[in-house]
Amino acid sequence: MAHVAAIETGKAAAALARRARRAGYGQKVSAALLVLPLLLFVLVAFAAPIGAMLKRGVEDREVAPVLPRTIGALSGWSGTALPDEPVFAALVEDLREARAAGTLPSAASRLNHDQAGLRTTLIGSARRLAAPFEGPAREAVLRADPAWGQLETWGALARARGPWTDFFLLAALDLKRDAAGTIRAVAEEQAVFRTVFGRTFWIAAMVTAITLVLAYPLAALIALSRPAVASALLFAVLLPFWTSLLVRTAAWMVLLAREGVANHALVALGLFGAPQQLLFNRFAVVVAMVHILLPFMVLPLYAVMRQIPPIHLRAASSLGAHPVSAFRRVWLPQTLPGIGAGCLMVFIQALGFYITPALLGGGADQMLPYFIGFYANQTVNWGMAASLSLLLLAATLLIVGLYGQLVGFGAVRTS
Amino acid sequence: MRGQDDTLVRFRGVEKSYDGQRYAVRHLDLDIARGEFLTLLGPSGSGKTTTLMMLAGFEQPTAGEILLDGRPIARLPPHKRGIGVVFQSYALFPHMSVAENVAFPLSVRGVARSEQARRVERALDMVRLPDLGARRPSQLSGGQQQRVALARALVFEPPLVLLDEPLGALDKQLREEMQLEIRHIHERLGVTMVYVTHDQAEALTMSDRIAVFRDGAIRQLDTPQALYERPTDAFVAGFVGENNRIAGTVAERDEDMTAIALGGGRRLWARQADAGGPGSPALLSVRPERIAVAAGSADDLGENALPATVAEVIYLGDHVRLRLALEGGVEITAKRPAAAAMAGLAPGAQVAVAWQPEHAVAFAPGD
Amino acid sequence: MRRFLLAAAGAAFVLAAAPASSRDLTIVSWGGAYQDAQREVYFRPFSQATGIRFVEDSWDGGIGVLRTRIQSGNNTWDLVQVESEELLLGCEEGLFEKLDYSRIGGRDHYLPEAVHDCGIGTILYNFVLAWDKDKFQGTPTWADFWNVERYPGKRGLRRGVKLNLEYALLADGVPANQVYDTLRTEAGVERAFRMLDRLKPHIVWWQSSAQAPQILGAGEVLMTSSPNGRITNANRTERRNFGIQWTGSLYTIDSWVIMKGSPNVESAYRFLSFASNPAVQAKLIPLIPYGGPAKGANEGLSPALLAESPTNPANLSVSLMIDDQFWLDNLDKLSQRFNAWVAR
Repeated sequence: MAHVAAIETGKAAAALARRARRAGYGQKVSAALLVLPLLLFVLVAFAAPIGAMLKRGVEDREVAPVLPRTIGALSGWSGTALPDEPVFAALVEDLREARAAGTLPSAASRLNHDQAGLRTTLIGSARRLAAPFEGPAREAVLRADPAWGQLETWGALARARGPWTDFFLLAALDLKRDAAGTIRAVAEEQAVFRTVFGRTFWIAAMVTAITLVLAYPLAALIALSRPAVASALLFAVLLPFWTSLLVRTAAWMVLLAREGVANHALVALGLFGAPQQLLFNRFAVVVAMVHILLPFMVLPLYAVMRQIPPIHLRAASSLGAHPVSAFRRVWLPQTLPGIGAGCLMVFIQALGFYITPALLGGGADQMLPYFIGFYANQTVNWGMAASLSLLLLAATLLIVGLYGQLVGFGAVRTS
Repeated sequence: MRGQDDTLVRFRGVEKSYDGQRYAVRHLDLDIARGEFLTLLGPSGSGKTTTLMMLAGFEQPTAGEILLDGRPIARLPPHKRGIGVVFQSYALFPHMSVAENVAFPLSVRGVARSEQARRVERALDMVRLPDLGARRPSQLSGGQQQRVALARALVFEPPLVLLDEPLGALDKQLREEMQLEIRHIHERLGVTMVYVTHDQAEALTMSDRIAVFRDGAIRQLDTPQALYERPTDAFVAGFVGENNRIAGTVAERDEDMTAIALGGGRRLWARQADAGGPGSPALLSVRPERIAVAAGSADDLGENALPATVAEVIYLGDHVRLRLALEGGVEITAKRPAAAAMAGLAPGAQVAVAWQPEHAVAFAPGD
Repeated sequence: MRRFLLAAAGAAFVLAAAPASSRDLTIVSWGGAYQDAQREVYFRPFSQATGIRFVEDSWDGGIGVLRTRIQSGNNTWDLVQVESEELLLGCEEGLFEKLDYSRIGGRDHYLPEAVHDCGIGTILYNFVLAWDKDKFQGTPTWADFWNVERYPGKRGLRRGVKLNLEYALLADGVPANQVYDTLRTEAGVERAFRMLDRLKPHIVWWQSSAQAPQILGAGEVLMTSSPNGRITNANRTERRNFGIQWTGSLYTIDSWVIMKGSPNVESAYRFLSFASNPAVQAKLIPLIPYGGPAKGANEGLSPALLAESPTNPANLSVSLMIDDQFWLDNLDKLSQRFNAWVAR
């Protein structure tokens, strides 16, 4: 030991430390090189497209390049009175130029997302103002479309100045700015997303809870069975993975139909006198989601339970614990990591369910992804689709973070 | 009925079959005395662990009854039997600290917290782990974990403690240390212990009595010394301690001695165990340490002597092991104190071997 | 029509072996069974009659696709079938050639609704009230559809605001020709939503048009809105006995457009001219129940086919054309309101 100490005191110690660092560094570099392809793949195929998509929720570049003068002239506008003549003149010039360049439609549909009818206002005004006219621009513009006489029209233009906007994010929270820039709640008949957020998380939580209650005994049964029985049961649990989500959802439509198997059984058993409405409601959505997500709860639970020696229960009862108490105090606590992992997996997946509620649910059972799809496919409003995605992602990350704080990711064992 | 007071556990005609075809335990009658250290010894599959598990309540007998303190316990679930069990795999609960593990039987019995703490401390002192209460089981060594398991099985002061191969996972030195420790705890507490092992040396070291199991039945139930010196059949002789076997035919019987004829007209006398009448095949069994080895001709040593050739000499410090080839190629092993070993014993040397007739036993062959 | 009837085939369907150096006429439609029928009725006979070679492609719709093709200068499409909304937008944006009607039989050759500066209608189809004749005797109207007291049972409607507001007003007694004028007022929208409110507990919302005949056949609903093609197909292929109420149905038209700057304008006109023949258009109906918009396309049809044809004057005269301009302006706002309403 003495000579080791001697090395550590002198220059040699520094050299040793350097060598050790270099050796460690080399290892880190080669480890990084090994995961580099995966990293690049994730970046290019996953992170970048998602990032680009989410950016559209806060980006607003469709109007300013088309109406640059108008947007510029509006920069000092108060929002409390119609803008001055120069702004109108700038608008006329912009509209003429944009019409000639064919760039007006995208700006028009962006403004229409904000204010119904602005698309027609913009395109129609451009057509009517194409020809030269006499007198002040203001009067000509108001003649072309009286909508230019409303504050909200100009408010929509000002809100769309870009390049960044909170318009879509606010809208996703049932909020909007008025012409003067103050944030206000949207009219009650237009407010939808807070309810939808609440419903999405409520359905996901309900599905997670039911899945846990159903999966726990099943996983325990598999974990405590003889190997041959256990693999047969596991096979049965995994069987649904062989068919697509869509097929499984469609199968539930057949099962739960008015003239379907479930109704026939219920009537035959005398539980109901006539077939019940089992489809197109919350019940059908939850049943199908639980069915589809059950394996994701069973597998982590089983993985954890399999590692608990069965002898623990015997030990507990030999020490005087009633079977219920043995389960509660010895077995249950050891399955907590599996419960955590399973709930997290099921909950997060449930948040993203789209097809199942769309096909099996009623009007009030649609979850957030339905609305994301609605804006992306039907009104082609990418800003709304992106901002809703962004908020869903943020809320999900928040929950995962809370889980990490409360349970800890170290506790999640999946093998 | 004094006898009943002394008997804590009584097996009466107990049978156990898992599949309805083969017996794991066939007809067991066994009395376990209060305060006794009884070892169930046998090879794997001999029924000893099944017997223990029936006593603990984890298995139900298919016939017969088990009495604890004179009362049948067939309908008593394990958690109401009040029997401490120590498992080979320790079965410590990983999500609890050492102290919580030891306190577990107390807390399920509703013992007050302060009382729990006091008794946990005492139990941990007893197994000489006084300062490790706050640790997790995973932070302890195997030996320490087994001590915790022992403390946990003892802390609620059960009258009976079952130990199922508790030292099987430990290395040899630690095992020997723990054997003594368990033995001392037994003596100090006066608790009845039933101990399952397949290690005959362990059984000999620790037990008041040993029950040797084979094929679901007890072959012999006796003190270690009696078992070693007077095995009742060849299996017990072979299983408990080392022995040499020489095959022959019963030539003559008197009251408690049997003469066995070997090839070449030689005859050896041995104590009669279960060998048959004259003319039936028999096995002569003799312990290695009972064999005397001398230079020279066997004929000079008298009737119970045989000529042999030294095949191998193994020096083991305190003693020497000799592998010796008899006439007819049978090999036997002799064990001599190193100090008493003769110089010049080398492979190939012609020697004579002999033993006292009362140190040899005559068995029926079979197992 | 793509969203309502036929899923587009994935990849381009290329018929000609190898495109010539100056490329062949490229015709683009919705793919699937519909394009198969078009190939049978239009593309192959046209090619055989004129010797003009053609290439097929299919698409899913969306003005952005056309916009990108024109702006990038990489357009390889000549004739494209578009929905009415794309016709309107693309024409405003100058993505299509203006049509010279003198080369395709003149404007009077067609139903007036099918004629547009930038495109000529090729199919007309309706969104109708449908019911199962085995379970409901008589011919229900939209008023009956709303009358759950008299005709108890669920009602199927497509989940979305478009068309449902029109149905609601028709059920409330608004004359067909005043429906969109009414909807252009706040009070009209209120009135439509109030009507929907009344029916709400009884509505089963369907999502994809395949669901409409399915929930009707399964007895989930007593009546449903549906594209006419789905109902006729179910009658033809699944031997259903569904009825179609043409009165108060809403129709739209898909059109052919010639992409701006196409090098095959000549061939394209010859195709449009060939396709304008009412006798040719009449051949589509037996395959796919959509009406040809050339005048006389229904002449010579059997009574059964005539009953199924959207351009049969008896059917067309009681239908209302969907106002695309209204929906272009108001879809965003009314969708939001509808979503909020349906979620409550």
